[in-house]
This record gives sequence, C-alpha cells and structure tokens, in this order.
Amino acid sequence: MESAILFEKLKEKFPQAIKGSTDRFGQLEIQLEAKAIPDVVQFLRDDSECEFNMLIDIVSVDYSAYPDWKEDRFGVVYLLKSLTLGHRAQLKVTVSESNPEIPTISHLYANANWLEREAFDQIGIRFEGHPNLKRILNHHEFVGHPLRKDYPITRRQALSANESLMDEMIVRLKEKGWE
Amino acid sequence: MINNFDTKTLLPVRSSQGLDSLKHQEKKDLVLVNLGPSHPASHGTLRAFLALDGETIAAAVTEIGYLHRGFEKDCEAHTFQQCIPYTDRLNYVSAIMNNVGFCKAVERMLRVEVPERAIYIRVITNELNRIIDHLVCAGANLVDIGALTNFWYSFNVREKVYNILEKLCGARLTSSYTRIGGLSRDVYPEFAAEVKAVLKEIQLGVNDVQKLVSNNRIFLDRTKDICVISKERAISYGWTGPTLRACGVEYDLRKSDPYYHYEDFKFDIPVGSVGDTYDRIFIRFYEIEESIHIIEQALGKMPKGPIITDDKRVALPPKQQTYGNIEGLMNHFKIIMHGICPEPGEIYDFTEAANGELGFYIVADGGKNPYRVKCRPPCFMNFAAFGEMIEGTMVADAVATLGSINIIAGELDR
Repeated sequence: MESAILFEKLKEKFPQAIKGSTDRFGQLEIQLEAKAIPDVVQFLRDDSECEFNMLIDIVSVDYSAYPDWKEDRFGVVYLLKSLTLGHRAQLKVTVSESNPEIPTISHLYANANWLEREAFDQIGIRFEGHPNLKRILNHHEFVGHPLRKDYPITRRQALSANESLMDEMIVRLKEKGWE
Repeated sequence: MINNFDTKTLLPVRSSQGLDSLKHQEKKDLVLVNLGPSHPASHGTLRAFLALDGETIAAAVTEIGYLHRGFEKDCEAHTFQQCIPYTDRLNYVSAIMNNVGFCKAVERMLRVEVPERAIYIRVITNELNRIIDHLVCAGANLVDIGALTNFWYSFNVREKVYNILEKLCGARLTSSYTRIGGLSRDVYPEFAAEVKAVLKEIQLGVNDVQKLVSNNRIFLDRTKDICVISKERAISYGWTGPTLRACGVEYDLRKSDPYYHYEDFKFDIPVGSVGDTYDRIFIRFYEIEESIHIIEQALGKMPKGPIITDDKRVALPPKQQTYGNIEGLMNHFKIIMHGICPEPGEIYDFTEAANGELGFYIVADGGKNPYRVKCRPPCFMNFAAFGEMIEGTMVADAVATLGSINIIAGELDR
C-alpha cells in the first residue's frame, strides 16, 4: 500500500490521534499523539490491508539542538515492515522533556522490549507499561542519557559493579513455572 | 524456591558467600551459572545467565553492552565522511557491507548518483564480504560443536579473499573502502582474474566442509531440531537475513527492495524448512554459492568509467585540479574544512548485509556532522531471542545455537 493511502486510512480510523505527515525521501512519516501509539500500531499489525508484522526499529532523537525546532524535545520514530505485503510505515511521536512518556508496544512485538530499553537508555524516553525498563547498552550504574545533546561526548564514568540479572531471572523463572 | 534466595548475597555469582547460600538451600533444584561474558565459545563478550536443572536450561536471561563504545554518539561529533571508519567496526567480519550501507543512506540524502562502475565494484566486494562472513560464522560454529577441521577449510579460503581485499584497499579487516559518492580507489588490473580464481577455491572449500558434515552423525545429532524458532516468533523478534530465511521465510532485501541492480542478477534465495541450528548453518553454505553466481555475473558486466561521482558538493577534485587551478583548490578546501552537508531531513535506508537488514536512520540538520545516526544492527534482534530459544535445551546446544545466529558484538553493542 502506498504510504499516502495508508495515511488517509489512518486519519479516517484515528481522527483524533493523527497530526500530520512529512515526506522522508519517498517514505511518508506519519506524526501522531504519543498516547495513541499502541492502538495505532496494533491496528497496523492486525488489519488485513496493512499486516505490518515486523517492527524494524525504534529510533529516538533529541531535537533540543536542532535548528528551528518548535515541537517537543524528543522524537521517537517507529519503523514497521510488512513481510507479506512488502510495504513499510514510519510513525513519529514527540514527547516533552518534562514528561517523556509513551505507552509501550512490547506486548505487540517481541523485539520492542529491547528496542524500548535502548531508547530509554540512550535518550531517556519512559515507556509506560514496559515490563522491565532498564538500561541495555550502557552500564547499569551509568548516570544520564548519553545521546541527549546536553551530555558531553568527553564525559567519562568509571563503573565496575557486576549486574546480578537476578531481577530478570526471578521473573523469568516464575514465567516458566518454577516457584 | 526462588523466593528464598537473597539476591544480594547470592550475587555476584563469583562471591563465595553467594555460593554458600545456595548450598544451604534444602530444595535446591536449580543451579545458576554465568555463560560468558568472557568465554571462548561466546564469540565476543556476551553474557547469558542460566538457571540449570541438571544440564538442561530452565531459564535464561542475557545481558549485552560489554562492547558498547558509543558509535552513534561518535558519529554526531564527526563529519559524514569521518563516520565511515567507525562503520567498519560494526560488523567487523564484513566491514565493506557496513561502509556501503552507511554511504548509500547518505548518498540518498544528498541525491547523489554513484557511477555504474562503483556500483558494480560495491556489489562484488559486498558479496565477497558476505561469503567471508558466512565462512566465519559456519566455520566457527562447527568448531564450537567439535568439528575443528572445517574451521581450517573455511578459513583458508577466507584468507585468500582477505588477500584480495588487502590489495584493493590496503586493509584486511577494517577496510573503509567506500566514500560518499563512490569508492576510495579503483580495482587493480588483475582483480577480476584473482577473484575468479578465488571463487573456484571458495566453492572447493565449501564442498569440503559440506562433505565432512552433511552425513556426519555427530553433527546431525547436535544440530537437527535443536533450538527451533517458529516463523511467527522470528518475525515478531524482527529477524532478517539468513536466520529468518532458515525459518522458511523467503525474504531478502536484494529481491524485495532491490538496489544496485540486484534485480538484474540471476540468483536464488535459499530457505530452510525447520528453523533449527542445522538450517541456520546450511543456509549459509547455499548463500555462499548464490553469492558466487552474483560475483561472476557482476564481473562480466562491470563497465569502465569513474569510480566516484563528479558532484562538487561531495567528491574531492582530481589532484591535478587541486594543485593546478584555484577552483580545484577551493573545492578541495571546502570539502575538507566544511564537509559534506546534506539538506536538513531524515532518512531510513537499509541494505541486505550478511546478517540481515542493516539500517541507518540518519537525521541531518544542514551541518557537516550528522545530527543523529541510529544503526539498526541485525544481530540485536537475533540476540534478543537467544534467551527464549535456548530454554529447555542443554548447555552445549546453547553454544551451538549462539554460533548459528552469528552474533557480532561490534554490531550488537555499537
């Protein structure tokens, strides 16, 4: 499906949530309200004309140093792909510095768990309802969010404590039926 | 039983107090073991934390980030051209594929046409890199399950490919071969003949390895129906590339979203049927054969001409002009000092790298440095599924499976 048709379809289905669109080198970026992300993504995944069955990536951007930026500070881009129909979708939400919260989609795609953890780790986006929102690439004692523009590239932190992973293990053992 | 564990005294696992507290447990059924982060069979610093019931893995959780070095932050502090050497260090087993993936995204942002000859050379070097990546993956994986001889057969030919790459760009592992708008240098005169000769040797090497393993009882028992992942689960985890195709999904960006004339080359996409470790190893042997076909066709079609665009925004002028006239000198100065500056905008661009969809999301603000680069490493999705895959299998199977999903820590942790 052409991304322009997809945009019209989404606007019809979620008139409150869809804010606008921008062409990104042949791929239409659809901007929407952060609160609507799980509903819209679930619709895109399950609708028979969309079938976006793969989450390609979640990209988080800090726009605080971007020239002439008037929207909220952080942007999060969801890249979706349909293996059955071959098309792609690009969704973008912006969230403010004071309340950088987006509802999670980790129940919709298995890899969203780690991708959301990465966005949290690097930029500091909080995903509401995420089962285990903790750092993934940086050390667990790391302070700050390194890909924010106000984090200086030369700042170093000496961290050495092992991470126990017991928090994740206990949850996982319970899921597997070990009480 | 796990509720009785005091997590603070139990871990870190190395502490004797932690182990003692386990000893005093009356109903101890599970043993907690760290597999990695530093272990010869883990192919990089990856940590899997296992709860073992005997030798069977009851539950597994994983931790990554040991090789995190801030690739994305580094890119923000360097010009577009300076980012290329950093991309070498992503998947360092097939460095040129990362160079191409990054340059292709920037070139699309700049709307720069890459000359035909450069495109064909990119295809050839890409496929050579795919071959050596698969050889490393399959060879090392077979070592993990005890088949050492195969390692020599596959690494012998890999060495010969590296000799060609060394002649081509002066470096073996971290090649930095591409430039935005083309390539750093043209191929050397004997390139085509040497590649053709090495392709024959690759085929022989792959045949040797296949002869050793395809009817080998130990190999088959160790890999068949081990750590199966279903199609649906693999897609939900965002798997792409050979690991997804091993599950039986016929998906290859070279066919579905063709770039660089891949639509004109005749080649097949091998797919697996079960999605077990066996499929994930063998699909790589078949893909090597397809890559050989692509290289043979590309060598035949490679046109003569320039290897880098003449777009003055992007490419340095020829040295005669830099030293010969003021326009050339100014052009050179502008590119070196002010860099390549795409218009403000955002792009997601992707290529089929050896491990799957390698994507770059680039935000430009009109300056010489990228405002934000987000790399989509195919390994990241593969390793996200690792814990779930190995649960219910044995420790030795976990090692065999880790090799088959080809985790490259440089790309995983960035």
